[in-house]
Amino acid sequence: MTTAPKSPSIALDVAPSWWRRLSLLLRELYSKPISALGTTITLLFLLAAIFGPLIAPYGENEIIPSEARQPPSSEHWFGTDNLGRDVFSRVILGAREILVLSGLGTLFAVICGTLFGLLTGYRGGWFDEITMRTFDSLLALPALLLALLLLGTVGNSQYSVLIVIIIVYTPIVARVVRSVVLTVKPKGFVEAARLGGETQMYILIHEILPSVWPALSVESALRFSYAIFLVGSLGFLGVGVQPPSPNWGLMVKEARPFASLIPWALFFPAAAISLVVIGVNLLADGMKRILGTTRTSQSRS
Amino acid sequence: MTVIDSGDGTILDIKNLTVAYQQAGEWLEAVREVSLRIQGGETYGLVGESGSGKTSLVLAVMRYLEETGSIRSGEIHLGDLDLLALDDNQLRQVWGKQITLVPQNPQSALNPSLQVGDQLIETLRHNLNLSQEEAERQAVEWLKTVRLPDPGRVAAQYPHQISGGMQQRVMIAMALCTDPQLLILDEPTTDLDVTTQAVILDLIRDLTQEQNTGILYVTHNLGVVAQVCDRVAVMYASELVEDAATQELFSKPLHPYTQGLIDSIPRMGDTKDNIQLRAITGQIPPIGEAPSGCVFRTRCPVAVDICLTRPPLYPAGESRYSRCHRWSDIDQGEISAHQPTPAAIPEPIKPDSGQHPDLKVKELTVHFPLLRSISDWASNRPSSEVRAVNGISFELSPGHTLGLVGESGSGKTTIARTIMGLEEKLSGSIELLEIPLPDKLSRRDLDTLRLLQMVFQNPEEALNPHHTIAETLRRPLIRLSGLSDSEAESRMVELLQAVRLPASYAGRLPGQLSGGEIQRVAIARALASNPELIILDEPVSSLDVSVQATILNLVGELQADLGTSLMFISHDLAIVGYLADQIGVIYLGSLMEITGPDDLFQSPHHPYTEALLSAIPLADPSRKGEPIHLGGEIPNPVDLPSGCPFHTRCPRYLGEICATQAPPWQVAEETGKQIFCHIPLAELSASQENMIAERSKLSN
Repeated sequence: MTTAPKSPSIALDVAPSWWRRLSLLLRELYSKPISALGTTITLLFLLAAIFGPLIAPYGENEIIPSEARQPPSSEHWFGTDNLGRDVFSRVILGAREILVLSGLGTLFAVICGTLFGLLTGYRGGWFDEITMRTFDSLLALPALLLALLLLGTVGNSQYSVLIVIIIVYTPIVARVVRSVVLTVKPKGFVEAARLGGETQMYILIHEILPSVWPALSVESALRFSYAIFLVGSLGFLGVGVQPPSPNWGLMVKEARPFASLIPWALFFPAAAISLVVIGVNLLADGMKRILGTTRTSQSRS
Repeated sequence: MTVIDSGDGTILDIKNLTVAYQQAGEWLEAVREVSLRIQGGETYGLVGESGSGKTSLVLAVMRYLEETGSIRSGEIHLGDLDLLALDDNQLRQVWGKQITLVPQNPQSALNPSLQVGDQLIETLRHNLNLSQEEAERQAVEWLKTVRLPDPGRVAAQYPHQISGGMQQRVMIAMALCTDPQLLILDEPTTDLDVTTQAVILDLIRDLTQEQNTGILYVTHNLGVVAQVCDRVAVMYASELVEDAATQELFSKPLHPYTQGLIDSIPRMGDTKDNIQLRAITGQIPPIGEAPSGCVFRTRCPVAVDICLTRPPLYPAGESRYSRCHRWSDIDQGEISAHQPTPAAIPEPIKPDSGQHPDLKVKELTVHFPLLRSISDWASNRPSSEVRAVNGISFELSPGHTLGLVGESGSGKTTIARTIMGLEEKLSGSIELLEIPLPDKLSRRDLDTLRLLQMVFQNPEEALNPHHTIAETLRRPLIRLSGLSDSEAESRMVELLQAVRLPASYAGRLPGQLSGGEIQRVAIARALASNPELIILDEPVSSLDVSVQATILNLVGELQADLGTSLMFISHDLAIVGYLADQIGVIYLGSLMEITGPDDLFQSPHHPYTEALLSAIPLADPSRKGEPIHLGGEIPNPVDLPSGCPFHTRCPRYLGEICATQAPPWQVAEETGKQIFCHIPLAELSASQENMIAERSKLSN
């Protein structure tokens, strides 16, 4: 018996590729107005982060003293701040820093969390006990408080903000992944793989991880939105990222003493934070609907 | 029970009912032009495989279809009441009062946070406007009527504190207490053990005898239908294909589908050595994809050209109908969809019995420790454990099949999992080919793993939903059999052929396969490493009868070809009796009886086996058996009864000795059957003679 060459009809039966899955996901997201809105907002901010320097009419620290404290106009869409910097340009240019910081932080947190979640869920026993109780004690502290404590020890810089995000969100991701692993582990196909002499690594990556993806992608999107929130909050509190960076939280902090004088300098960066957080959250909700998972962890900002 | 003739006695009258579901802008018909009429006091069976449309029909009668479903045409009358004309408010008056339902799963139908008595009282008060005191009195009365022991105590319990069988009795009390006109029973005993099922069926039969309630009994189990129904309607692919009195339907089915369905049930006494199960080829088409013309023609062995046009529901005698163009030919015996009885599965090459056994299990004991609570620790109580398996020994010769039968909680799956290395034993030994097996899976080398494979119960979880069939099958070929990629590829196609699946399935995902097809792939995966022994854990329990028969035949044939030893686990005596060379009956983690398939139905029996045998509903309405009722509930395996584990429920309980001393193994002289009981075999034989005469010869 030889294998017949694959006919086109068989090719259609084959599991869809990643690229096709992504385009299917996008089409589904745009089929409902709410998730379409979320996706659009997120994509717009991503564009701003990538092409910011091409869009922004002024530099981020380009000071024009003669035009300080201008209200929004056709020249300065979002007005200018106390020093005469163009708020619109700073909001656009700030997108890159905040999205890269929170994006990278989320990415590493998801990688670490997935690793811990897979191992603790699959192996169980004392390793699971010790890891999860440690994570529980981290989770017992409010995220912002934990972040402030950590920043106090590692010092103020972009990198420390990154580390803080990873430490704060790894336990949450790990818990979500672990809960999925616990439901998949007793299923017949995992036991069949064990009886087939597969290594633990193979089982975790090939048999279990595919079932974790839906919950993990929803959780990642959520963590991303909360990471943005966290970076903004830390900027506002004046820890982590330092002036003259166009961090939105920092911009709000700088404009706050003059709130009655130049409310636009305070409003627009604050609005940017809210908008991107709302956008990513709506996107996550849409993904949850499509991927058919329930949010397994409680939201935590 | 008398059937009231035509006209005025009609309780439920369904005329030309069509139900459809909207999917992607299209209407898919789940019920097509179905008419049926239920008289007062009549029990009407509605039989069909999953996907036949029986649930949609029930939901339509209840006016409880999902949002995407709607009644496209037809009429439903309950007495004089036009059910389709009612608005939501009026429907609420009908539900629970005029139409009541006993669902398949009582666990989800009862409110877990209310005592069962209160739930019954609420039903009584709401529907009959009783005072609290009167409702309380009647509730206890009803719990007594459904034969619950100590009804006062049960009333104060929460659903999780009572067993599934007791929960179902509470549901029946709730459904009957409002004296409904129509009672719908939706697979009420499917989730229950066979001994519990027998009790519930008896109860339903007795309680409905006096009342004038019309009963619609929905089930896939023909045995149950034969035992409790007066009339039967058979549904297939959205259509009603045959409608007849139970006696007539079973003695002379006039539709090829009904014939096939009745044929595919393994009967007690059939073994793979004397007969091959007659299965219906193919599978039920999914909703919306039924063939034009006669819906059954693609699977029908007697289909001809005329079957390309849709047959009407022919009246085929007095109050019986068949939706087959050729019903009169079938009636006159000119054609028959009964396949000529296929030859028995050829005997596998079984090496001489002098050879060493493949698998030798000795005094196997498996306990699961329960977490010790702080109060246990404080009061210095020892930690307790679930005693799942208690000293079981058996041997399996090469090329043979060992069947293990037992009800839920008997420990049969634990035995399988311990042999496979998925659980750890407490004591005893397991030897494979004379070599002791290490307990832990991680201690077994690839060669040992290669020799031992397993097929799991639940098809939904058997295959990784993210891997194609090819990926699933290729992996053990490479890993365990050490084939190269290209060798694995061609062997994979051979495996698919061996389990009768087309090679084009290789690229599919499990979600695109039916339950029966998935179990075939699972069998192929187990075969991939060319094992010495395969353990099949209830491989067909979630499949429809016609599919079940094909899988059982396949397993028998594969074993004959390959000479693999099998351990077959099931709760169904007929299935195990059909496939096994040796049968072990398990109760509470101990073997009660070891027997050959031919002697399974020969006395003497262990009293537990006797009760099991008597409880199986026979697919033959002329034989209403008298099942032996086991008293009480199966004991908690944390707190095992002393002496004989069965003594607390044994109908032949001798006294002291059963409760204090473990019984001896007695061997019957003629048959070599081994029985774990104090009662002398001659005595057992003598008292069981009658039942054998009644039940052993059932092949028609």
